[in-house]
Amino acid sequence: MSETVARTRTEEIGPRRRRPARRLSYPRRAARALSPLLWIGPAIALIGVVVLWPVYVMFKTSFQRFTANGFNLGAAGWRNFTDLFDEPDLKSILVRTVVWVVVVVGVTMTISLGLAELFNQRFPGRRAARWALIAPWAASVLMTAFIFRWALDPQYGVINVFLHDVGVLKSFGSNQADWLGRPDSAFVWMMVVAIFVSLPFSTYALLAGLQTIPSELYEAARVDGASPWRTYRSITLPLLRPSFLVALLINVINVFNSFPIIWAMTRGGPGYETATSTVFMFQLKQAFIGESAAMSVLNFGLVIVVVLVFLKVTRWKDQVT
Amino acid sequence: MSTVVVTAPPTDISALPASKRRRPPTGRTVAISLAAYLVAIIFVLPYAGMIITALRPPAELQERGYVPRRWDWSNFTSIWKTGFGANLRVSLEIAGGATLLVLLVALPAAYYTARRKFRGRMLFLLLVLATQMFQPAAMLVGIQRQFVSYDLPSPTFSLILVNAGFNLAFAVWILNAYFSSIPSELEEAAMVDGTSRLGALSRITLPLALPGIVTALIFTFIGAWNEFIVALTLTNQPKEFPLTVAINNYVGQYSVDWGHLFAGSVIATIPVIILFAVIEGKVVGGLTAGSIK
Repeated sequence: MSETVARTRTEEIGPRRRRPARRLSYPRRAARALSPLLWIGPAIALIGVVVLWPVYVMFKTSFQRFTANGFNLGAAGWRNFTDLFDEPDLKSILVRTVVWVVVVVGVTMTISLGLAELFNQRFPGRRAARWALIAPWAASVLMTAFIFRWALDPQYGVINVFLHDVGVLKSFGSNQADWLGRPDSAFVWMMVVAIFVSLPFSTYALLAGLQTIPSELYEAARVDGASPWRTYRSITLPLLRPSFLVALLINVINVFNSFPIIWAMTRGGPGYETATSTVFMFQLKQAFIGESAAMSVLNFGLVIVVVLVFLKVTRWKDQVT
Repeated sequence: MSTVVVTAPPTDISALPASKRRRPPTGRTVAISLAAYLVAIIFVLPYAGMIITALRPPAELQERGYVPRRWDWSNFTSIWKTGFGANLRVSLEIAGGATLLVLLVALPAAYYTARRKFRGRMLFLLLVLATQMFQPAAMLVGIQRQFVSYDLPSPTFSLILVNAGFNLAFAVWILNAYFSSIPSELEEAAMVDGTSRLGALSRITLPLALPGIVTALIFTFIGAWNEFIVALTLTNQPKEFPLTVAINNYVGQYSVDWGHLFAGSVIATIPVIILFAVIEGKVVGGLTAGSIK
């Protein structure tokens, strides 16, 4: 609101102030045109050096040949890309990446809707309960993943101890207890951890969205005799859409690029059997830098395509403005 | 509508008249409370496990009790002999340096874009928004090759730059929202009264925007503090490692030093919890301020 006020004000004042500028000498005019750079120049420089330039270097690297220890042997053409697409594991890694993103983000957003609703209710101790929700967000994802790796230890892990106590687990150290040793169960557990660490942000984003819904609307729905479910569907969900979409997009990007969980729990192994494309890129980087760069380029392209499709489908512009 | 939403409920229980306060809780309230407490416990449980394991005597690590028979602080004292102090210092340098750099770079950019219309303003804001979509993991190879070829003085220096660069976008957006919500009339009034533009900025606008500045800086600090993949890639010597890489290093080829790993994790998490406590209530609005306008 205040921004639009400020905008109209400068538009009113702007031309009157700018008029004498026409009579300024050329150097003075140049100085005035460049003055924004004084303020935003450092930010542009930092983004350029740290964020944009690596993208260029990454593309360049994907067309170069390297020895295993990183010595540059010159141009490689499309070799790195053909090598990458010839990797027998690539297809399963890409499928696994899609499953990873869809399941983790899907489950996270669904649970978050419920949690946000729950923590938006009034009850004694709400503040403390909300605090507890922040824990996985504050602690580093790496450390959270290590906690689960320890808890799933086939011999002494506390989750196995619990499962043994309730009779699900037959014996310690068995194949059944080795959750992270089997690719399928390891991947499921890693998705559980990914959902766990994604929940706080999503829930808080939706909580913020819930609080922007005017209570008069609920009042009106109550007067009209609408059922709670009907109210939720017709008032809450549509008005929650902007915050939901923001949380969804940020989650998709974060989960796609997620590295520490898988690295801490299985290192992508055995082989590449629990690796997503981000982890695979890191594994390749140890010995095949060019091919790893090609994988990065592919990942980068995927993220951009997903974001663009998302913006198109959700008609983002109408949402934000 | 770029105001920052504060999570605190508009009306507090204690604000109600006493007659309303002492109503017996309804069944619905009890059910909601129990469900919420259960969720809260689930969210804290893993971290309780972290603390309990850190306090378990090394000899008891191979036992199956939920809690140790004896509490033992030795992991917290012996961890300093593994070079953990140096790692802690590196993390402080990286997170502190990145936060300072973001402050110096984001503050003028956010202020200027909030106050002035100029050619390329939208382009700049779009550039900032686009970088928010980028993650260091997606361009790791580029970052690695670039910073190796620059031959910078130390990995710490490179990591300060990288963390500042990737946290800049969020800081600019939230600060822009804060500055936009402060009427420029306040500054103009101060200038009419004879203050310079800089004086008005430092005496009127900055104090008003302080909550936003603190939030942006704390998020930058926490982001840099917890960053892992770039630090793992750019550091080589144990004394160059920040905390995350050092903790990852307690995992050996054949065995894991769980005691030190979790003691280190507990120590590394304490500053973050303190910082989150500082910005409590602004967490939500801070994150969505730039995006939901």
